[in-house]
Amino acid sequence: MSQLDRSMFKILLFIRSVCKCCCLVLIVSFSNSLLAKSMPFNLTEGVTDISQQVYDLHMTIFIICCVIGLVVFAAMFWAIFNHRKDKGAQAAQFHENTKVEIIWTAIPFAILIGMAIPATKTLIAMEDPSDADLTIQVTGSQWKWHYKYFGHDVEYYSLLASRQDQIHNQKQKRENYLLEVDYPLVLPVGQKVRFLVTSEDVIHSWWVPAFAVKKDANPGFINEAWTRINEPGIYRGQCAELCGKDHGFMPIVVIAKPVEEFEAWLAEQEQKAVAAKAEEQAMLAMSMDMDEMMRLGEQVYNKHCAACHQASGEGLAGVFPALKGSQIATQDMLGHINIVVHGKPGTAMQAFGKQLTLKELAAVIGYERNAWGNNTGDVIQPAQVKAVMQQKDL
Amino acid sequence: MSTGSASNPLVSDADEHIHEGHDHKPKGFLARWVYTTNHKDIGSLYLLFSFAMFLTGGAMAMVIRAELFQPGLQLLEPNFFNQMTTVHGLIMVFGAVMPAFVGLANWMIPVMIGAPDMALPRMNNWSFWILPFAFSLMLMTLFMEGGGPNFGWTFYAPLSTKYSPDSTALFVFAVHLMGISSIMGAINVIVTIVNLRAPGMTMMKLPLFVWTWLITAFLLIAVMPVLAGVVTMVLTDKYFGTSFFDAAGGGDPVMFQHIFWFFGHPEVYIMILPSFGIISAIVPTFSRKPLFGYASMVYATASIAGLSFLVWAHHMFTTGMPVAAELFFMYCTMLISIPTGVKVFNWVATMWRGSLTFEVPMLFAIAFIVLFTIGGFSGLMLAITPVDFQYHDTYFVVAHFHYVLVSGAIFSIMAASYYWLPKWTGYMYDEGLAKWHFWCSLISVNVLFFPMHFLGLAGMPRRIPDYALQFANVNAVVSLGGFAFGLSQLIFLVVVIKCMRGKGERAAAKPWEGAEGLEWEMPSPAPYHTHTTPPEIK
Repeated sequence: MSQLDRSMFKILLFIRSVCKCCCLVLIVSFSNSLLAKSMPFNLTEGVTDISQQVYDLHMTIFIICCVIGLVVFAAMFWAIFNHRKDKGAQAAQFHENTKVEIIWTAIPFAILIGMAIPATKTLIAMEDPSDADLTIQVTGSQWKWHYKYFGHDVEYYSLLASRQDQIHNQKQKRENYLLEVDYPLVLPVGQKVRFLVTSEDVIHSWWVPAFAVKKDANPGFINEAWTRINEPGIYRGQCAELCGKDHGFMPIVVIAKPVEEFEAWLAEQEQKAVAAKAEEQAMLAMSMDMDEMMRLGEQVYNKHCAACHQASGEGLAGVFPALKGSQIATQDMLGHINIVVHGKPGTAMQAFGKQLTLKELAAVIGYERNAWGNNTGDVIQPAQVKAVMQQKDL
Repeated sequence: MSTGSASNPLVSDADEHIHEGHDHKPKGFLARWVYTTNHKDIGSLYLLFSFAMFLTGGAMAMVIRAELFQPGLQLLEPNFFNQMTTVHGLIMVFGAVMPAFVGLANWMIPVMIGAPDMALPRMNNWSFWILPFAFSLMLMTLFMEGGGPNFGWTFYAPLSTKYSPDSTALFVFAVHLMGISSIMGAINVIVTIVNLRAPGMTMMKLPLFVWTWLITAFLLIAVMPVLAGVVTMVLTDKYFGTSFFDAAGGGDPVMFQHIFWFFGHPEVYIMILPSFGIISAIVPTFSRKPLFGYASMVYATASIAGLSFLVWAHHMFTTGMPVAAELFFMYCTMLISIPTGVKVFNWVATMWRGSLTFEVPMLFAIAFIVLFTIGGFSGLMLAITPVDFQYHDTYFVVAHFHYVLVSGAIFSIMAASYYWLPKWTGYMYDEGLAKWHFWCSLISVNVLFFPMHFLGLAGMPRRIPDYALQFANVNAVVSLGGFAFGLSQLIFLVVVIKCMRGKGERAAAKPWEGAEGLEWEMPSPAPYHTHTTPPEIK
């Protein structure tokens, strides 16, 4: 009796702890689901013909697996329930049957052939990027994407827009936390868009589930992919190949617009690019004071530099060098401008010359030379940065 | 040779008792365990080491799941998170699963084929004692400035070359040591099986565990040098200015992946073929019925091994291969499901019209069949290239390979441990505790890994320390499943310790009514030296 009581007690304890866990899950779930959209439990059908075909293939193979599984497990559980020793089952002694063995080799083979045919068709269609209406170069780098519209003077970087205080749980996370960027890729609906995918440093992978496009960005090589979007909308994806520390923080956002709207947008971007170049020239004559430089510099630093060198300027020991008190940020000014503009080959230090404007470059370099007690008192001007740029260009 | 003392032939007679001092065990810790050339001692060392590594790698998995319990960064910095996923993978593959199988091979192969010991006992000693050094080297890197390997257990270049921490050289040397150990283990298995079978033990009479290990050993010898090659190329690219994987010097980063997966895919089968052997021993025992389709099992294993060299690029469909190559690798990958299916059908046919009982080894074996098959199904889905583009590098893949490696390989190792513990220790395990271990593991492993399929389908990439809010609920459930699975394994630890300390019933020579094979014809625990004269094979 006491044995039974004890095991009952144990079971009750177990049930109680399971309930506790469930409550915990519910509380956590509830607090998160206040903001979050509910998660789909199946693959997306997407918004392209190809993604629809991929979804259909997925469902077909899934259902085939379920049917085979049901048959096999039903046979097994039939045996488990009926052919047991405590029901007095006597073991038969058969141990081979050529006919049966041939049948259960041949049937799966036939199913596989049936599966391979549609898969082959879809695959061949997916890998045919010919006759594109628009070509876009997608370049991954640690940890951002760069988009360049071929035949138009439009190119820009696309960075994570979720802020560090959200990531570190100091502020409420926004609805599209980690799936939002500052400048999304804009694409036309109904046109065949070809992507040329490459990388500047490690391997990344450009993935938008709604298009069923996932292509690795390999440094030094160019991969092709394409899509033709059927519906306007906002589509989100993420980098899919481990690319270092902030692999989880380089999302992809695509806005698909009707063709006319897209063309208007593209024209506007081209104008902006021209205006920016003119502004760049004007900037050369301009001089910033310390306050303005530090204010702008801090913004730029937190967006582009803090991921590696940390907001404190202390870096990560053995991984990313400290700027605080470093030789280059406190003494060698030309070297400092040079490394920010041109990067340091063979390391994760990128060339920021083309990612930032002259004013931003000047501000961030100046900031690094004066923040965290570096206190060199140097105020860097856009013209100085330009001079270093030209020197190396020649 | 360690088997020199032929003066005391141990006939396989149940009432021949083994008295202390008659078994010629070396005296003293050093002589017994460090200098040992006895296959049973080395087998035990391997098994204990692999369990220690299982707990270490498991602790890292707990750390990963704790960080992923909620969105946002709570406990870890992303760089350390990457070190945890990397070292967790390396330890589980090279430290837990592979050494556990080598341990089982050491213990059981000589006993099963009627050999007095492994053919090369000193090399056997060496191949084990390399391992603690290899893993110490690797674990040490976690405490270095810049941290340990953080580029994933697959260490894709150039993340592992130009962009890797300073400790990469130690990682490379550790992998070299593990490779040397595996190759020596494999040579030993092959030489033993080919040369030391008892008279009358023909190849087609070998227990399937021996057969699957023989094939596994050939796979190991074929691919471990490839792994050694690729880590060496990483080493020279990083430290000596070569450009195997750097386009700027005429190399190609995708070539890394081809070489790695030419090792990596057969490696996957290295970690599952011995499981097939274990399940093929346990299912007939508790069905009290001979294994269905012995010959087809052997051929299926061999064809899986052969095909494993033709499918490596299915890990790389998104790297930008020509369509023809994608089609070739898709078709070959789909073909693998046929011999694998044959195995599952054979196990079910073995149970069919048997006289089944459900002791813990059988419970784990049944769970293996069901859950490994689920992992096989998701593998078939992943083989379909166009759909793989959606699944690739998401949690769907994580779910897939954990189903085949945890509820596949690890469950088979658990099954084998319960099956042979009475033979190893001479005591029956605690059936009550073992059942708790089984049911807790079974439920939690599914709570842990099944929802990962949904996360992957919904679009959550793998290897990320933080995720979008929509994934929060499912990740919380997965983490709880993870903690429960981790804790459940401590029950196993208790069961094993109880057996080793002689708590529990004494085991009979043949504790399982339906068991067959030479190991059950000797007393439990198995004497220190067995088959010093060849047994008679019926």
